[in-house]
Amino acid sequence: MIWAILLLPALSGGVCAILRHHRLRRGLLIATAVAQAAMVAACWIWHPSPTAGGWLELDSTGLLFLSITTALFLVAAFYAAGYLASQGDERVTDYEEGFLFTNSPQAAFTACLLVFLATMSLTAVSRNLGLLWVAVETTTLASAPLIYFHRHHRSLEATWKYLLICSVGIALAMLGNFFLAVAGATSGAHLTMESMLAHAASLDPMWLKAAFILCLVGYGTKMGLTPMHTWLPDAHSEAPSLVSALLSGALLNCAFLAILRVHTITSAAGMADFSGSLLVLLGLVSMAVAAIFIVHQVDFKRMLAYSSVENMGILALGVGAGGVAAAGSMFHAVNHSLIKAMLFLVAGNILASYHTKSCPQIRGLLQGRPASGVLWLAGLLAVAGFPPFGSFMSELAILQGLLADHRYLVATAYLAALGVAFAAMARIILPMVFGTRTPEVCATPAPGREPLWAVAPPAALCAAALTLGVYMPPWLDAVLKQAAGGH
Amino acid sequence: MTLYSLIHLALALAGAPLLLGIVNRIKAKIGGRTGQPLLQLYYDLAKLLRKGAVYSETTTWVFRAGPLVGLAAVVVALLVVPLGGVPAVASFTGDLVLLAYMLGLMRLATVLAALDTGSAFEGMGASREVQFAALAEPAMLLGLASMAVLTGKLSLSAMLAALSPAALPPLAAAALLLVGAAVFIVLLAENSRIPFDDPNTHLELTMIHEVMVLDHTGPDFAAIQYGAALKLWTYAAVLSGIILPIRTNCPWCDLLVGAGGVAVVVVAVGLVESGMARLRMLRVPQLLLAAVVLSLLALVLVLR
Amino acid sequence: MPATLYILIVVLMLLNFRLLASSRIAACIQTVAAQAVLFGATAVAVNWPHVQWQMGLIVILSVLIKAVLLPWLLRRAVREAAASREIEPLVGFNLSLLLGVILLGLCLLVTSSLQVKGDQSNGLLLAAALFTAVTGLFLIICRKKAITQVLGYLTMENGINAFGMAFAVNETLLVAMAVLLDVLVAVLVMGIAIYHISREFDHIDTDKLSALKE
Repeated sequence: MIWAILLLPALSGGVCAILRHHRLRRGLLIATAVAQAAMVAACWIWHPSPTAGGWLELDSTGLLFLSITTALFLVAAFYAAGYLASQGDERVTDYEEGFLFTNSPQAAFTACLLVFLATMSLTAVSRNLGLLWVAVETTTLASAPLIYFHRHHRSLEATWKYLLICSVGIALAMLGNFFLAVAGATSGAHLTMESMLAHAASLDPMWLKAAFILCLVGYGTKMGLTPMHTWLPDAHSEAPSLVSALLSGALLNCAFLAILRVHTITSAAGMADFSGSLLVLLGLVSMAVAAIFIVHQVDFKRMLAYSSVENMGILALGVGAGGVAAAGSMFHAVNHSLIKAMLFLVAGNILASYHTKSCPQIRGLLQGRPASGVLWLAGLLAVAGFPPFGSFMSELAILQGLLADHRYLVATAYLAALGVAFAAMARIILPMVFGTRTPEVCATPAPGREPLWAVAPPAALCAAALTLGVYMPPWLDAVLKQAAGGH
Repeated sequence: MTLYSLIHLALALAGAPLLLGIVNRIKAKIGGRTGQPLLQLYYDLAKLLRKGAVYSETTTWVFRAGPLVGLAAVVVALLVVPLGGVPAVASFTGDLVLLAYMLGLMRLATVLAALDTGSAFEGMGASREVQFAALAEPAMLLGLASMAVLTGKLSLSAMLAALSPAALPPLAAAALLLVGAAVFIVLLAENSRIPFDDPNTHLELTMIHEVMVLDHTGPDFAAIQYGAALKLWTYAAVLSGIILPIRTNCPWCDLLVGAGGVAVVVVAVGLVESGMARLRMLRVPQLLLAAVVLSLLALVLVLR
Repeated sequence: MPATLYILIVVLMLLNFRLLASSRIAACIQTVAAQAVLFGATAVAVNWPHVQWQMGLIVILSVLIKAVLLPWLLRRAVREAAASREIEPLVGFNLSLLLGVILLGLCLLVTSSLQVKGDQSNGLLLAAALFTAVTGLFLIICRKKAITQVLGYLTMENGINAFGMAFAVNETLLVAMAVLLDVLVAVLVMGIAIYHISREFDHIDTDKLSALKE
């Protein structure tokens, strides 16, 4: 089963690369996404057994992140099919600077998309830290061409920064892996989770600490924790919106998963305080810095990107605090992925209609683009953690965890950062939705209505996020609790 | 002090001018020329000593004292320099500082004499000399310091005598290579050899050392030339002790090994001069900095 | 053997200084290749005489890839991009050298608190590997050209992998191969990006990539 989950997208990616027929390729993309989703859903019922000598195993954490990734990919695949159909092979005018550019070949784009899915799935099922590293690095390589879909200088710049910063970060994580190996060398521990956890007590503490710091910095780069987040706004603002949705909703989680694995080991070795406080610190810093950057943002895709940095900070903070907060953090990962993917897809719709990424030029979304307007507003409420969205529950759980631990200072900072971020985003989004359009300064929406492929996927995500706030399925609850315990 | 120390001193005083002859001969051979006689510098010295000196009216006693002070300083420096396992004539704790200061005094005398002439060219040469020395000196001292740490001795003679493979930790070989390379670079710089300075250049603009001594004539110039030869010997002797860490218990053999080392160094200088061009003035500090780095690396290595 | 190991380590450290001081791209490519070879030799020397066949295979493969294949690719990239062969530093060469000394000192300081098995030379090798990684990072930050940044990345990778090959012996063959493959593909992708950058901007100076910022 695990092999099938890994090989299906990889193989169909390979087929897409050589398939010349556009419609057939898009059909294959959707079919693969659906089949993948079906397989992952089956994993919830029949737990697949570990294979490859215990290197590949689907534990609760892995299953959770794999499910998020697959669900997002399914939605994004439908969106992508419509998006790719709307993009011809001819030269396109750049919205911001008015020059002409071409898009990458769609075959390459689709293939990379599927390989990207395969590598993200590999991250979720790896129980060997070396393999996990390989998987995370491969996600970088598979997604770099996706960011460079629009071939112009800004996206090239974003791609280069993404490629270089993430590769360098991940290289540090590899050093961290080697340090882990050395920490376990005397007790004969291997780099698999099982072996590491079994020998946790006898790991060399100095090496383990150094290893955790390196892994935190390394994978933290990929996860977008401040101050290593600098690639993130650029990549998210220049990539096609559906790619931004996948980057933000799925890829960042994969890096988070890697940090989680190492944190599990340090906790088992009795150093949860050390690694936890580092996570809390980085989490708070990320939240604060991201909130400040949102305040003066005029580009709505960059705003969403900074919001992702903020939410990654929340995840790190929750896991670092442990206990109830950790469970809340897992739940928040689910919510954030759903909401952020929805917001990026809607952002793509707005960009396609108004031909601008500048917030002050967009007013009266409710009149101009009612569907996107409603979803955009719902997204704001959801990402800010308003009831009845699931994010309200998860952010509340993290707060509860902090208060139960008597970490009042951290809780205050957490609330303050959340408040600033909400105020800043509301100040940007509310005028976009409700404001009156003055033709002199504002962009005019392109004629016509929004197609179904553009509206249905984000609407589905929004519905899911809403449902999770009202009703928590018991099976999901169980997995979340197990994942928070590091299993 | 032993009899052999005196033999080394005599060898140095008599043989130093020969070193430059060897360098020139090697350059000539590789360049396909016959070249000067090996003893050319002796002839030059003899000729210069027979001549009278001419002094510019603007110069003061500083100009006249320069060459003599310089020669005296380098002779004192030679007194504390051992030749491999052969101890120096005088040796005491911390004599490596005296070595550095005597060589510094020699430079100071030359520089002051050059400035005393009031000529723009000589001032320029003096400026360059001092600038490069500021980088060369730390390289030399740090190198010697790492030797001191390695052997635990603070006197040059004891330090170099203690260098033998059997008695040292395994990292010594690496440290010795580093210090050897650093001291060799310093040797090239301090003795105004290619790639730092071209002793045969005829263009004042590119000169460093030669431009400072343009105004000296007769016996004064002979003192300068002889002093330069002794300086080369001083550095070569130190370097010989570092690159050939072979210490026998037989003094004659030590003397022979040391002299062999000096010969190796001189041949290396000749080869470098034949194979390289003079560096651009801007790149000179970089090479000297590299020497500092080498010495520092050696120091770090032995301190660890 | 220890004396040889020390000399290898020292030469490795010196190669880093050469990277910091060199103003020619070709020289830098050469140095990185030499570094890969020497690190392979060091890994063998550290585990001498208990060299397993897996390690031998990895060393040979990584030397082939990093010292032959990648330098060839990079030279090609320089030629294709028609980049000038001078390195343009943001931090001058002399200052880079001095900073290199400081970085080395820091690496020694940091590694002195970490215990490594085996004799004293292994601690020094750890410092050398870390110093190489840090040098790579420094090159990425302080040099303008995209190609030097790739070289910096490779240097980093060299240092980290050297550490892995020398100490993390429990590491399995498959992972090591996958890591190697990843690095290869990463450099390939970066090479393609450089090609696009040179076509889009007519140069590969990354300080001109500055449209996106706050």
